[in-house]
This record gives sequence, C-alpha cells and structure tokens, in this order.
Amino acid sequence: MNAYLAIGLLGILVTMTLALVRATLGPSVYDRILAVNTFGTATVLFISVLGFLTGRPDFLDLALLYALLNFIGTIAILKYFKHGSLAAGED
Amino acid sequence: MDGVREVLGWLCIVPGAMFCVIGGIGLLRFPEFYSRMHAAGITDTLGAALVLIGLMFQSADWTVAVKLLVILFFLYVTSPTAAHALIHAAYTSGHDPLLADDGPPVQEGDKP
Repeated sequence: MNAYLAIGLLGILVTMTLALVRATLGPSVYDRILAVNTFGTATVLFISVLGFLTGRPDFLDLALLYALLNFIGTIAILKYFKHGSLAAGED
Repeated sequence: MDGVREVLGWLCIVPGAMFCVIGGIGLLRFPEFYSRMHAAGITDTLGAALVLIGLMFQSADWTVAVKLLVILFFLYVTSPTAAHALIHAAYTSGHDPLLADDGPPVQEGDKP
C-alpha cells in the first residue's frame, strides 16, 4: 500500500467533485463543456493511479481509451451546439 | 533503489494531485468563462504531467512506462486542441470576456 498513491487518488477525486459542481451550476453551456472536459482528464489520471494502487497496470489501456473518448466527445458536443447537427459542414 | 523511486514518487504525485485540486478550485471559484479556462489548464498540463511522470517512476516494466508516456503525449496534444476549439466557439458565438472596465463581477451572495 503506497500512501502517496492514495493521497494522489484523493486529490483527483476532489478535483472531479469540483468539476461536477461547476458542470451542474453552469451558467453557460461552455462552462459545462469545460467542466466535463476537466472531469475527463481527471478520469484518465484516476484510472491510471487506481491501476497502480491495486497492482494492475493493465488499467492504463482503459485510461488511454478514456483520453481518446474525452477529446472526441468534446469536439462532437461543440460541433453539435454550433451547427445543431453532427453532419453539418462549414458554411 | 526502491527508496529513491519512492521519494521521486512522493515528489511528483503529491504535488500533481495538489495542482489538480488547485485547478478544480479555480474552475469553481473564478468569476467567468475565460478565467475558468485558465484554471482548467492547470489540471490539464501540470497536474496530469506530474501525476503521470510520478507513476513512471513506479512502473516495474518498461512497457508500462511507455504506455504512460503515450497517455501523456496524447493529453498534451488533445488538451490544447480542445481548449482552442472551445474558446473559439465561445468567442465567435458572442460570449464576451469580462474586462476590468466593466467593474467587479456580480456574485449572487453579494449584498450592496
């Protein structure tokens, strides 16, 4: 049991909670997208540290997948709010 | 050797988590969108980098360290891209930044 891994895990959990509060409060849609993006980054760190804490570094593959999904999701949500459709192009 | 790695882990992971919390507090407490963007950047860059580098010192196998390096590289490429897209979308949609000339931000709890 590594104490500093547990401390890091706790700090990342606090960050995720604060980002969730900001995502709930808003007030604009961009604040919410920013908070969800930060939540996603914290999720990647959380999964990585949890993998090391439980002695299973295979969790890093999941963390990489979450990093990919977070980026694609942010861009997709931004495009949806700008054009009202995911299929729209530049006009 | 294990002791050195443990100390390096302390020196990287605990400050990394601290920077993550600082970014989260800034995200919650800053008055408007563009300054919240600045706070979120702390979590995305310094917090993520310190935590992942600290985990690299802990990895028993070199493949694990390379995977951590790949995650770090990917975060460092995608975070600025997402931040640029977000701030560009906000600015072009007429979301004006709060300037010093506009006076102090109005908080809900403030009594005149």
